[in-house]
Amino acid sequence: MAVKKKKTSRQKASPAVRERGTISIRNVTKIYDPEGVNVMAVDNCSLEIEAGEVCMIVGPSGCGKTTLLNVIAGFHSLTSGEIYLDDELLCGPDKPLANQGADRMVVFQNGALFPWKSLLDNVAYGPMVQGILSKSDARDKARDMLAEAGMIDVADKFPGEVSSGMARRAEIVRALINDPKVLLLDEPYRAMDALTKSIMHEALLAMYDRTKVTIFFITHDLEEAIFLGDRVVVMTTRPARTKKIVSVKIPRPRDYKLLSSEQFRLLVEETKDAVHEEAIKAFEAGERELA
Amino acid sequence: MTDAIQSAHDTTIVVAKRSKLRKLADNKTLWRGIASIILFILFWEVSSQSKVWFGIQVPFIGKVPPPSAVLENWVEVVQRPGYWQSWYLSFMRVFFGFIVAMIVGIPFGMALAVNRYFRDIFFPPFEVLRPIPPLAWVPASIIFWPTTELSIAFVTFLGAFFTIVINVLGGARTIDVQYLRAAQSMGASQWDLFRRIILPGTLPSIFTGAAVGMGITWEVVVAAEMISGGGQQSGGGLGFFIWSSYMGGSLAQVVVGMISIGIAGYFSSSMIRYIGYLFMPWRRIF
Ligand SMILES: Nc1ncnc2c1ncn2[C@@H]1O[C@H](COP(=O)(O)OP(=O)(O)OP(=O)(O)O)[C@@H](O)[C@H]1O
Ligand SMILES: [Mg+2]
Repeated sequence: MAVKKKKTSRQKASPAVRERGTISIRNVTKIYDPEGVNVMAVDNCSLEIEAGEVCMIVGPSGCGKTTLLNVIAGFHSLTSGEIYLDDELLCGPDKPLANQGADRMVVFQNGALFPWKSLLDNVAYGPMVQGILSKSDARDKARDMLAEAGMIDVADKFPGEVSSGMARRAEIVRALINDPKVLLLDEPYRAMDALTKSIMHEALLAMYDRTKVTIFFITHDLEEAIFLGDRVVVMTTRPARTKKIVSVKIPRPRDYKLLSSEQFRLLVEETKDAVHEEAIKAFEAGERELA
Repeated sequence: MTDAIQSAHDTTIVVAKRSKLRKLADNKTLWRGIASIILFILFWEVSSQSKVWFGIQVPFIGKVPPPSAVLENWVEVVQRPGYWQSWYLSFMRVFFGFIVAMIVGIPFGMALAVNRYFRDIFFPPFEVLRPIPPLAWVPASIIFWPTTELSIAFVTFLGAFFTIVINVLGGARTIDVQYLRAAQSMGASQWDLFRRIILPGTLPSIFTGAAVGMGITWEVVVAAEMISGGGQQSGGGLGFFIWSSYMGGSLAQVVVGMISIGIAGYFSSSMIRYIGYLFMPWRRIF
């Protein structure tokens, strides 16, 4: 019985070609607090993300990456420009704040599993509150998905009882159970040691190969960006615009041997140069503000 | 959530079965606690027996009856039904006031937290009334309520009410916005948000408020019983017990009353802690 169920969920979760999840960001500007002290966080930023693409966003600290993600997710309004998801307007001049919806799932910078629910109940939450599945069906499906991600042993634990890496993986499963078009990740593996990170990357790539969900992934770690991404978008210092887009034409599935290859090293160098230039600008701008 | 409680509970039972006694015997904290209480009693006994230390009159402790005298008095007092009646009365007053404060205070605090209009209207008067110490309400309360019992209950209620409300409000307003965002993007309705996010997210603060509120209720009940003389109609209570012992000149009995309140308060807060433990399985330390 359980085996049977698993099969169907696997079939559903892996469509052969992903036809949905295109994000089109057109001339987006975001100014915080238009009345008072204006902070322009994003300036006339345009970016096309294909369905099923892993798009990595890098850029100096405080440049406006999180802001852009928040606008896509519907947590913040935009000031001007438009964002489309599969030709459907998310937000634009007449509708500055996008609806929050399960088609765009966010995995937060600091982790946002509900501490009062077990990992299993966290994962079951979405389908249950949307009324798609009954509580017990949602829990069955959540159990299957946690098993698929190799986390069945900790399914009944509370987030406070597992490592941060485990919690972050469960959070991604919690997002995926909603079958989103896009996964929005904001530095999910920040402050993890290199070893944990590599395990996270493996798990994420395995998950990606199963679902081919579009991924919008913010990071400061350039090796992570190249290793995971199809493209790496380097943002300018605040206000954020796209400065450079590095295409990573390394075939999938990828594994860790890649890290020592010449191709990989060159791509990291290329990205690093662009980011470094912006970081220096950001630093100098900071100095000027202080002076 | 009930399932989660159940499964966590099962684990606890397994652990408990394995080595409850052994754990108890190994528990250093417990032994230290017992040792320090015994030491304290010994110190008390010795120092109240010898009123003069190295030729110096000890100002305070020399006047306190020794634990042996207190114990002797206690043995005698527990045989009187009046003593147990006092326990009963104080407990009823504390719990009545406390439970009403919880029933009124939690929804009130929640409403303040989630509804702007409600907050705009009710928060200002609440903040004006909050700093008034519960005991300052005693005279007004006696005039206002028809019986002494009700006025004591009212003052007790106030003692817990303000603390509970302010904790619930603070707790509900400081829930991490990311939990709300996550729930909303997963399709939670307003009601889901309240029931599955705000409510459990506020539980720790509710229990903090309850624990502090419980402490205040005991303070208030004892003082109110002393002031109102326990009431001709109602009579008794541990506060009144202390007061009448004092009037009767039995210092040992005063100490018996004091320790009784200490035990009662400890018992009450243990109960709150235990209920908190049952309600918040994710906060248990394994
Ligand atoms: N709610 C807000 N109100 C006003 N200003 C804000 C707000 N949120 C962010 N900002 C400002 O907007 C700018 C961009 O912030 P954002 O968080 O998007 O940067 P980031 O690229 O994600 O930085 P980091 O890499 O440090 O996470 C910053 O200068 C920040 O101070
Ligand atoms: Mg950020």
